[in-house]
Amino acid sequence: MTNGVAELEHSDVIFIIGSNTATSHPLVATRIFRAIENGAKVIVADPRKNQIADFADQYIRHKPGTDVALLNGMMKVILDNGLHDQAFIDANTESFEGVKAVLEHLDLDASAATCGVPVEQIEQIAKDFGSADKASIVYCMGITQHTNGVNNVKSLANLAMLTGNIGRASTGVNPLRGQNNVQGACDMGGLPNVYTGYQPVTLGAANKKFAQAWDVDELPSGIGLTIPEMFSKIESDDLHALWIMGENPVVSDPDANHVEKALEKVDLLIVQDIFLTPTAKLADVVLPGASFAEKDGTFVNTERRVTRVRKAIEPVGDSKPDWEIIQEVSTRFGYAMAYESPGEIFEEIARLTPSYTGISYERLEGEGIQWPCPSEDHPGTPFLHRDGKFTRGKGLFHAIEYQPPAEVVDEEYPFWLTTGRVYAHYHTGTMTRNSESLDFEVSQGFLEIHPDDAKALLVNDGEPIQIASRRGEITTRIMVTERVEPGVVFMPFHFEESNINKLTNPAYDPIAKIPELKVCAVKLFKAAS
Amino acid sequence: MDYQNILTTCTYCGCGCNFFLEVLDGELTGTIPCKTSPVNEGKLCIKGWNVHEFVQSDKRLKRPMIRKNGNLEEVSWDEALDYTAARLKTVKAEKGSDAVGFFASAKVTCEENYLMQKFARAAVGTNSVDHCARL
Repeated sequence: MTNGVAELEHSDVIFIIGSNTATSHPLVATRIFRAIENGAKVIVADPRKNQIADFADQYIRHKPGTDVALLNGMMKVILDNGLHDQAFIDANTESFEGVKAVLEHLDLDASAATCGVPVEQIEQIAKDFGSADKASIVYCMGITQHTNGVNNVKSLANLAMLTGNIGRASTGVNPLRGQNNVQGACDMGGLPNVYTGYQPVTLGAANKKFAQAWDVDELPSGIGLTIPEMFSKIESDDLHALWIMGENPVVSDPDANHVEKALEKVDLLIVQDIFLTPTAKLADVVLPGASFAEKDGTFVNTERRVTRVRKAIEPVGDSKPDWEIIQEVSTRFGYAMAYESPGEIFEEIARLTPSYTGISYERLEGEGIQWPCPSEDHPGTPFLHRDGKFTRGKGLFHAIEYQPPAEVVDEEYPFWLTTGRVYAHYHTGTMTRNSESLDFEVSQGFLEIHPDDAKALLVNDGEPIQIASRRGEITTRIMVTERVEPGVVFMPFHFEESNINKLTNPAYDPIAKIPELKVCAVKLFKAAS
Repeated sequence: MDYQNILTTCTYCGCGCNFFLEVLDGELTGTIPCKTSPVNEGKLCIKGWNVHEFVQSDKRLKRPMIRKNGNLEEVSWDEALDYTAARLKTVKAEKGSDAVGFFASAKVTCEENYLMQKFARAAVGTNSVDHCARL
């Protein structure tokens, strides 16, 4: 997030797109509810009318995968009505001309038809957003998990810069990070192109700095493989060993059958986890890690706040904290590591990472610190790009045109499928489904379907249905609801026994390599009871 | 009887709520939201309130395992660690550094992610480290 969670309370307009906030980020939703009490207007755009949409001033039901059409339509209205912030654009950004040209040539009626939203509704939300003093954009995987995910995000950045809603409190472009420490994993260089703090592996200076700190002659300077690329390289016999720590790709990744085949094929599969997940069951070696309650360390939340994780109990059974496991393997591999504690590792991170330089375990005793925190007396940074000063200098506009999803509905596969989470469960359910109280709340998967579609298929609420895409099929029961519109179905992905990711599309964004989990085409049949 | 409250950060979503884990004689018995946390200000969601439940589940992995004759069999840590390191060394020697890939994790700590990418880059010699940020 460019801005902090608490700042949302003081926004005038909050535009939520592709985020099931009340379910997936309940304590962010709390701030949005408070903003509503403070008089903020809330606009929710989502193909599925999720819980937070029930509290919105305006709910926009656009078709799956048409975010760019909706956002360009909004920006055209803002520009045509002079609601853009020309002073901000002139002072702090570049390449606006390209976006302006796209918007000037945009046919608003055609955009409205593409996203299935009436022109009047687009005009209304554009005017609400464009005339707000402080407008915040909140988004989640509904924006990013598309073959044009990067363009979706850039469109939101365009919208924020167009209206000068960045670099001030209670504004900004605010992705809600789905996992407790996904921000931290990115910050720590758990990515194929960067070391800690996003220092590029390709950059001579960073490469040299890390080689020296890690006491090796040289470090690889070519960009490594992303997860989908690793699966492809297993198939083409170029990748022979895979070490998976705390992830469950057999359930979480698109086209699960294909993932399973790759994991069965790889010569050496090492899985480090706290449960015997469907992924761990395929492993050659299973290394039992310790859970968050059994070790010390840090997590980084969605607003870049680094906070402490503290050991409450001894590791269960003979399990070990993951840092100890990696250290032991590394030493036996021939690269000695001898850290006494996570605190010692954190000191090394702070030394090598400019945005973490001022952070230490001592300073994290209080409320945590939001990075960047470049020195020991720096208080941390609640919001980024203050006064329109962007990391790269000027904020860069990107001219973006709508492109359809990789797979669209047709006669054979006539329904749009989208996926997400439910309130009681978390991701692949490894933890929540082993929690008695939570599994009791929602104990099996289901497919949300509109009453008209259920009627046409002759299936009643709670009855089984077969659902198939070009990649796989599963059986589940249906939940009849108007949260989805006719022709669109939704299913949560927490349930390994009815794993919807056997059906989802692995086609990915060319830049971010993020798969199109949020849209694919499926067909439905009444299943035998 | 030994009762303790340990302040920590939630392991579920990216909100990063803070709470105290209640520990009675080494067993987790409950979760108490932290009122002074700037993130959750004394509130928790249903997942947070029940976060202590999965930790000591009977289904937790308790010992390392190696696949032998097609089945995963429990082994000692020494055997598992030696086997892992030796097989990784063989793959690197025979197929090169880029024949090895790593999934870091959004579920483990910063320190652990740091060590995994350090091992991948400095010891194995590959930048093929990724995690589920895209999923």
